[in-house]
Amino acid sequence: MACVGFGPTRHPMTATDHIGGMGCPGCLAVPLALEVAKPARLILSLPNIHCAVCIGSVESGLLAVPGVQSARVNLTQKRAHIQAASGISAEALVTALARLGHEAHALDPTALTSTAMDRQGNDLLLRLAVAGFAMMNVMLLSVAVWAGAGESARTLFYWISAAIALPTVAFSGQPFFRSAWAGLRVGRWGMDVPISLALILASAISVSETLQGGDHAWFDAAVTLTFFLLAGRYLDHRTRAMARSAAAVLSALAVPQALRISPTGTGTDLVAVADLAPGDLVLVRPGGRMPVDGVVTDGQSELDRAILTGETAPVFAGPGQMVCAGETNLTGPLTVRVTHAGADSSLYRMADLVAVAETARGRYSTLADRAARIYVPLVHGLSFGAFVVWLGVTGDARLAINIAAAVLIITCPCALGLAVPAVVTAASGRLFARGLLIKNGTALERLAAVDVVVFDKTGTLTLGVPEVTDMAGIDRVALAVALGLAEGSGHPLALALAVAIRAIGVKPAAVTAITEIPGMGITGQWQGLDVRLGRADWVGAAASDLTAICLRVGGDIPVCFPFTDRLRPGAAVTVAGLRALGLRMMLMSGDADGPVAALAKMIGIDDYTGRLSPIDKAARIAALNAAGHRVLMIGDGLNDTAALASAHVSIAPASALDAARAASDIVLLGSDLAPVAEAVRVARIAVRRMRQNFAISVGYNVIAVPFALLGLATPLMSAVAMSLSSITVSLNAMRMKS
Amino acid sequence: MDILLWLIPISLILGGIGLGAFFWTLRHGQYDDPAGDAERILLPDWDQQPKP
Repeated sequence: MACVGFGPTRHPMTATDHIGGMGCPGCLAVPLALEVAKPARLILSLPNIHCAVCIGSVESGLLAVPGVQSARVNLTQKRAHIQAASGISAEALVTALARLGHEAHALDPTALTSTAMDRQGNDLLLRLAVAGFAMMNVMLLSVAVWAGAGESARTLFYWISAAIALPTVAFSGQPFFRSAWAGLRVGRWGMDVPISLALILASAISVSETLQGGDHAWFDAAVTLTFFLLAGRYLDHRTRAMARSAAAVLSALAVPQALRISPTGTGTDLVAVADLAPGDLVLVRPGGRMPVDGVVTDGQSELDRAILTGETAPVFAGPGQMVCAGETNLTGPLTVRVTHAGADSSLYRMADLVAVAETARGRYSTLADRAARIYVPLVHGLSFGAFVVWLGVTGDARLAINIAAAVLIITCPCALGLAVPAVVTAASGRLFARGLLIKNGTALERLAAVDVVVFDKTGTLTLGVPEVTDMAGIDRVALAVALGLAEGSGHPLALALAVAIRAIGVKPAAVTAITEIPGMGITGQWQGLDVRLGRADWVGAAASDLTAICLRVGGDIPVCFPFTDRLRPGAAVTVAGLRALGLRMMLMSGDADGPVAALAKMIGIDDYTGRLSPIDKAARIAALNAAGHRVLMIGDGLNDTAALASAHVSIAPASALDAARAASDIVLLGSDLAPVAEAVRVARIAVRRMRQNFAISVGYNVIAVPFALLGLATPLMSAVAMSLSSITVSLNAMRMKS
Repeated sequence: MDILLWLIPISLILGGIGLGAFFWTLRHGQYDDPAGDAERILLPDWDQQPKP
């Protein structure tokens, strides 16, 4: 079961093997912030929850924990809100849920303040409801007029319609008026200008026609327009709110904390990483992540640098060794003197690189932008042209204005406004159900265009969980000794070795006087002999390129157990799925060539490179971009961050470093990689639907505009065209769902 | 046509009641978890008696 690493307590090597705190030294060593802050309100993220049975078992499981007062699951947001007595830690609840088979992660409640967003959404929904109410009533009156009401009844109905429609347009149309005005003031001529113009013209002309006893009033058109456009606006807002709350969830997942040794040297206190200053001493327990850049002053251990460099082999650390924020301490406690903290640390300096790459990406213009750029001048030109021509031909200003207004109303981008939001809503809902969080509104469109996929190795295609590859040539007595020693250690390689040896049915030998020497290995006594299990050089074996631990019994020749990284579930399926979509795949890793080649061969990627620095990765992606390729980058480490940001679109697993998650467009919530191929497929379908929707709405306009230009358009025609096009577009978008 | 003087206000009032009901649901957070509410109806809890 997964304790797929989130936050500072992650222990990458044991992440998927151990539940919560059990046997995962990191989880016990560094308590979460939530435990210390003692809030009465806790929020858990539940990425895999999907049905009524899960709701029931999660809620009853949480209530069974002593001290929990209430627990409520929100399936839409995939979260659980818990009221608990102070002292209940989010981590205890995560452990309780893991025992029931539910993956859960603690969220920082203070980071989740999306109330402003909710208020804006509710405001739009309110305006939408008012417009819907008015539309139904005005339409009812209009049907009577179209059915041939007499002169006096018609005027009466028009006045009643005006009484309903004018306040509605004034109230519900405000979002458009406001954004059109804001755009005009800075000289931007957006989609909202023709919308506002059409709404105002339709209302004004209808009032003047009613006053003069004219045939046609467009009150129904004005409210219908408002309703459909608001519907599009609301869907658009929901997508953006979802993306924003996704980003909020990600920032709530990481609560960077550190154990600072108090200046007097007595005891430690837990402080936010932001409060650390250079010169402070920090204690990093085994399994904890380096919160800062610094120098080791005391202690001996091994460091896992996979997330920074992609290397899988642990590195020895002793006094004087430089350490970087993000590295994981494996065996012994280390005291570190802070050299760079917070914004100065190497982790954050990477943010500059990311920012540069992101401004380049911000220039991406969406399908809707491009459509608006053609549409807006065309509509204004047509409408103004109609006015000038009709005024010139007939000299009748009232008729000319009526026709110009009819053109504006008929061409008003109802369906255009719905075309993209409806599709994005359907597609991102579908991907969210598969465990993909879309952080950026344009990510789907960009994902559909990719032709090259670049994978990182460690932590992306693999889980960073070691597995013994070969112990066939080692006799059972040696295995029994190795097991006896390995079970005395919490080191990830020792744990993996113990699991593998037990799996073939070997019982541990009676090894006594076991001592662990941090950073080196484990030593003990067995039948009067000195036995050692640990680093190759410490045991006396030849060092190799592969990750391995070696065993020496007495004066015998040492034997080594080579390790490989466990493949992430779904990795092979993803590679096959992406190949079926016709994408070119590349593997770029910072790890040594040997493991990279072995993995590439195993999952079937022909194009691979090892020993790449972060700059190399970003440069290779920039070269692919320059060659006209659209690159999808999938990576998790600090060494991928710049590459993630410079790719056309990027995906990071939720176990990735915060910087990598921040730099990517889409985050994979579960530990399975398989939804990636699905995401590309859904994105392609989504973009095809958007294009179809544009074609549909343009098609309706092409039919209706000639009538409007010739002065033959009636309110009935516009109502039919508007409703039909909006409904067709929505239905077409909803075909995504299945 | 006098009937219209009755029918139009009645239809407006009925529509207005619906609109008011919608405002009420909106303000009481009934759209916070549509997916969850749809699933919760399948839970066997409180099938025998109402939740206290």
